Amino acid sequence: MMWEQIRSNRIRSLVLTAAMGMLLLAIGYFLGLYFLDSPIVGLVIALALWIIMSLVAYFQGDGIFLALSKARKIDRDDHPRLYNIVEEMKIASGLEKMPDIYIIDDQALNAFATGRDPNKAAIAVTSGLLQKLNRDELQGVIAHEISHVVNRDVLLMVMCGVLLGSIVILAFIGTRMLFFSGMTGGRRSSRSSGGGGGQAQIIILVVALVLMILAPIAAQLIYFAISRKREYLADASGALYTRYPEGLASALEKIAASTKPLQSANQATAPMYIMNPFRKEGMAASNLSSTHPPISERIRILRSMGGASFADYNRAYGETHRGGGILPASAVASAGAVGLRGAAAEVSPLEPEPDAVGRTRETSDLIWRLNQYKTIDCDCGDKLKIPPKFKGSSVRCPHCGRVHQIK
Amino acid sequence: MIALWVVLGIIVIVIIFFVANYNGLVRFRNQRENAWAQIDVQLKRRYDLIPNLVETVKGYMEHERETLESVTNARNLAQQAPSGDVGARSKAEGELSSALARLLVVVENYPDLKANQNFLALQEELTSTENKISFARQYYNDAVLRLNNKIQMFPSNLVAAITGFKLGEFFEITVAEEREAPKVSFA
Repeated sequence: MMWEQIRSNRIRSLVLTAAMGMLLLAIGYFLGLYFLDSPIVGLVIALALWIIMSLVAYFQGDGIFLALSKARKIDRDDHPRLYNIVEEMKIASGLEKMPDIYIIDDQALNAFATGRDPNKAAIAVTSGLLQKLNRDELQGVIAHEISHVVNRDVLLMVMCGVLLGSIVILAFIGTRMLFFSGMTGGRRSSRSSGGGGGQAQIIILVVALVLMILAPIAAQLIYFAISRKREYLADASGALYTRYPEGLASALEKIAASTKPLQSANQATAPMYIMNPFRKEGMAASNLSSTHPPISERIRILRSMGGASFADYNRAYGETHRGGGILPASAVASAGAVGLRGAAAEVSPLEPEPDAVGRTRETSDLIWRLNQYKTIDCDCGDKLKIPPKFKGSSVRCPHCGRVHQIK
Repeated sequence: MIALWVVLGIIVIVIIFFVANYNGLVRFRNQRENAWAQIDVQLKRRYDLIPNLVETVKGYMEHERETLESVTNARNLAQQAPSGDVGARSKAEGELSSALARLLVVVENYPDLKANQNFLALQEELTSTENKISFARQYYNDAVLRLNNKIQMFPSNLVAAITGFKLGEFFEITVAEEREAPKVSFA
């Protein structure tokens, strides 16, 4: 079931990577032909750019990405509930190794997964998410992120992103070079061809120009199309793992209602998040240049599933899109009916889950701790937070005046 | 000459078919075994949590000796169940789940206990372990279904019959309360 999807994902990644790679090499070829008079050199430059960027992304991508988003790693004791939820979803998805868990200190509601292979995965959530979502909703979000890891989406998106980046860079340099060589009116390679070659040169120039303008757009559209498809599949897998699509639906609703932008996201990292960090309100349903499907649509599909299987998701998708499925046929056909479970509160009415206020307190305590603040519980009920730079050996409670020794 | 090549070709195709199906069967059997190990880990975790829970709760619940004893007994019985026998194991774990559920319902009557930090931490652990057991069970049953389909469906059933693959057994935990009507006594 799952591994059939992984296999189809691999084939698709290969085809798309090849297509984007061809685009990149074509640009290199024509740039080389036009400026250096040697298509081979152009090809080599394009290839070298691609390989270097891919290697960096493959070996350093996770670290760079986590550093860019200012994520901090946490342990089990820092937030037992989050750790437990991630472990539950790890078990439900059959992932072999427990992913690392990161927290981003940001009031925006968002989450992402990284990891070039499922054994080196990491999941990051914002502190805002921990405060606003209850257990079921958080579980839905984590299930969605774990699906990205299990379905090998992360590697696919990173490799496509690198190709897109290389194409954009080369096209950018190429158009500038064409522009400036056009301004001075001369070309370095005129020595090689006789008078009869003029027409061929013009054809090459036109092809190069068209390629330079269209390639980045085409590559971007391919990239966005893949990204949106992977989001739907991750929603479907998330529903299957939790057996509770309402959790993710309700989480998406809360995320959509929150208007705080994520401080540390940028255009390159946007497709990695559960929700496009740059979304604008009232986005059209058939927006081609968007990395994520419209959120209202994702919620509507999740809520009309009626079961938890891929077939249920595919049918629900078909209903909102007048026929036509979204998931690979092999995935839909393989499984039987899968029932839903109740909300956590119904299944286990004694779930010791804190309410919104409790969650906010819990999360802010966590952030203080991550920033190396010491906390002292005063007898009057206050909590004193001592910054790591504080040098004194004792502190007076501002509320009741008791003096505390700092250990 | 041509006949020889045809025969050779057919033999090669049969071998490829056999190897591919055999490997598929082995992969699914390994997945089943891995999934079973996952359940095992969580069940052991639950065995470890129960003595702590009983110890914490005991001081508060003088009148619930019977409930506590039934939890401890169910735990010991479950621990003694042969670990490879899916049927016996799931029955014993079902008993333990019902005993635990009864205990957690009784807890409602003891507000002091619900304020105990130690107990709250234990409760999160226990609830999450219950969740993990059910998710591990869900994954295990999916793996068994895949394995059984492969063993029973044509053409892989031929390979399974020759190499002697056994059907996997589903792990069903039935909590007694869910099926029995509540007993009301008018004594």
